[in-house]
Amino acid sequence: MRAVMAAGVLVNSASCRASEAARTDSVGRTAASRAAQVDLTGAGATFPYPLYSRWFNDYAQRTNVRINYQSIGSGGGIRQVLAHTVDFGATDVPMTDAELAEATGTIEHLPTALGAVALTYNLPGISRPLHMSGPVIADIFLGRITRWNDPALKALNPDAQLPSADILLVHRADGSGTSYILSDYLSSVSDAWAKGPGRGKDVRWPIGIGGRGNEGVAGQIKAMVGAFGYIEVVYARQNYLPVVHILNRAGNFAAPQAHEIAAAAASVTDSLSPSSDFRVSLVNASGADAYPITSFTWMLLDPDGIGRAKTRQLVDFLRWAYKDGEAAAADLGYVPLPAAAVARVSARLDALAGPPPP
Amino acid sequence: MGAHRSRPISDVVYQLCITACALVIPALLVLLSAVIAWAAWPAVQVAGAELVVGVTWDVANNRFGAFPALAGTLLSSMLALVLATPLAMAVAILSSELAPQRVRTALGFFVDLLAAIPSVVYGLWGLLVVVPALRLYVMPFVSDTLQLGGLPMFSGPAYGTSVLAAGVVLAIMILPYIASVSREVLAAVPRSQREAALALGATRWEMIRDAVLPFARSGLVGGIMLGLGRALGETMAVTMVIGNRNTVPTSLFDPAYTVASLLANEFSEASGALHLSALMAVAGVLLITTLLVNALARWLVWRVQHSGART
Repeated sequence: MRAVMAAGVLVNSASCRASEAARTDSVGRTAASRAAQVDLTGAGATFPYPLYSRWFNDYAQRTNVRINYQSIGSGGGIRQVLAHTVDFGATDVPMTDAELAEATGTIEHLPTALGAVALTYNLPGISRPLHMSGPVIADIFLGRITRWNDPALKALNPDAQLPSADILLVHRADGSGTSYILSDYLSSVSDAWAKGPGRGKDVRWPIGIGGRGNEGVAGQIKAMVGAFGYIEVVYARQNYLPVVHILNRAGNFAAPQAHEIAAAAASVTDSLSPSSDFRVSLVNASGADAYPITSFTWMLLDPDGIGRAKTRQLVDFLRWAYKDGEAAAADLGYVPLPAAAVARVSARLDALAGPPPP
Repeated sequence: MGAHRSRPISDVVYQLCITACALVIPALLVLLSAVIAWAAWPAVQVAGAELVVGVTWDVANNRFGAFPALAGTLLSSMLALVLATPLAMAVAILSSELAPQRVRTALGFFVDLLAAIPSVVYGLWGLLVVVPALRLYVMPFVSDTLQLGGLPMFSGPAYGTSVLAAGVVLAIMILPYIASVSREVLAAVPRSQREAALALGATRWEMIRDAVLPFARSGLVGGIMLGLGRALGETMAVTMVIGNRNTVPTSLFDPAYTVASLLANEFSEASGALHLSALMAVAGVLLITTLLVNALARWLVWRVQHSGART
């Protein structure tokens, strides 16, 4: 008797799910007009997690689309998208050609926001932000510049009273997109770095100790006088940490502020080819105000893998985020995409799911 | 035993169910080992012995040498043993031989309480208390005041996060395990041994040193090895205080790396197949090491407990 009832419940729920799936498959209009609750799942980078979490929450209140996101790391996001266990992924690191070759369909990279890496330090005697250039930063990370009062640093900061102490370098112990962005930048400004440690989420740092996460690195830097390291710019801003102004390609010192970060994205987006898949690096950008250590953060979509209905729902979400999500992004300290980039991405979205309803 | 008539079916079913449930545990162990071996195989084929002997772990350039992590694991665990064993022996001897009953219970209670503290709390305490204490007081004291900074064991800049910090935190974490096993082992030494020694005119201390400890020796070693097994696998507490520097440490003050930290730090972001496989291979090495250490430890302890019961 009990077995029969259990079987009946199973059959009933299966048929309910089937009919619900039939309803969501007959897509034609936006999510708001559908009566059924829609659930989507995603996984990936930890950097945009606070932003996505806020966006998904706001979106769920306006529509009947509930999006669940697990911040397991960019690597995890890429793996799950390739394995089709989630509807979308998120990553701070673009997929390599080898990884894309593993996919059964085309994986779309859609930039959602901008991330940047700030260099921070612990020098109680210095009141104004330090100035550094790309080659100097690379030499510090390579261990060629070991003291704060090195001639190269004194030349860039003539008014600062730099101590003769050792530079105590702190890097990330765990693999992360932040490390990727910085190593990408160091590879582009230093041949020795490109040939040596190279770029990656996990590189072989020649010197220094490792902290776990942004909090670990910031904690180590705050505790050791003379420490120097890198953290996510949002984290630096929220914790009022001193940051380095970096000499960009145009010859100006740029601070990791919203304007300079957006300028980097704008200058690169303007020179993108129309058929670009957005897997571009924004480091060492050429804009006059550009901050050199900037990057997109992407949402990964597999339109063939998830089907037209879910693609349409995710595209609708992204359109909403670009239009109405900017205030939330700025609130949380994230830098929204500049208008030129939004226009490019919107054109791509139109190609994926048809033009938006009027 | 009685005549052998056929057992009721319920008994047979009951026995089968219980046996099946009991076999789940060794089956899980076998399954775990098989999965790790299968996932590690590609890296073993490509890198081979370099996985355990190579000194360069460079993911971006596809070189996977885990020797620094293995060396750091062994060094920090050994240091923890050196620091914890005398304290644990003292607690065990006090508990089983010298202290009155009330003190015994209280001592046992507090030592066992140390085992209940979560590792991440130990890690935070280590990071906020032990590391600054080492960096600001202990390390400068040793290298400048005691003028020992020239010795290779105490050389290097004072970061604070180091093998020494990991050793100190691990020592406190494994202390309750060694102490409780040692206490049990010493209690399993038969009274006849103690009485014989006292009857021959030994003092209290001589009785403990000559009659009790030698009898319990293999069990005490087992207890120490149990602590070692725990120290080898400890992840969170160690990764917060050891400095996460993937080179072989040459000094106690050097930051270092452990296998468990390597796995915890790199696993979630690893996306290359070879990288994942190399991590699984290193995990396999750690698994084999801890299984062997724990098995040996338990066998040694079992030996003492069962030999004591005979007299």
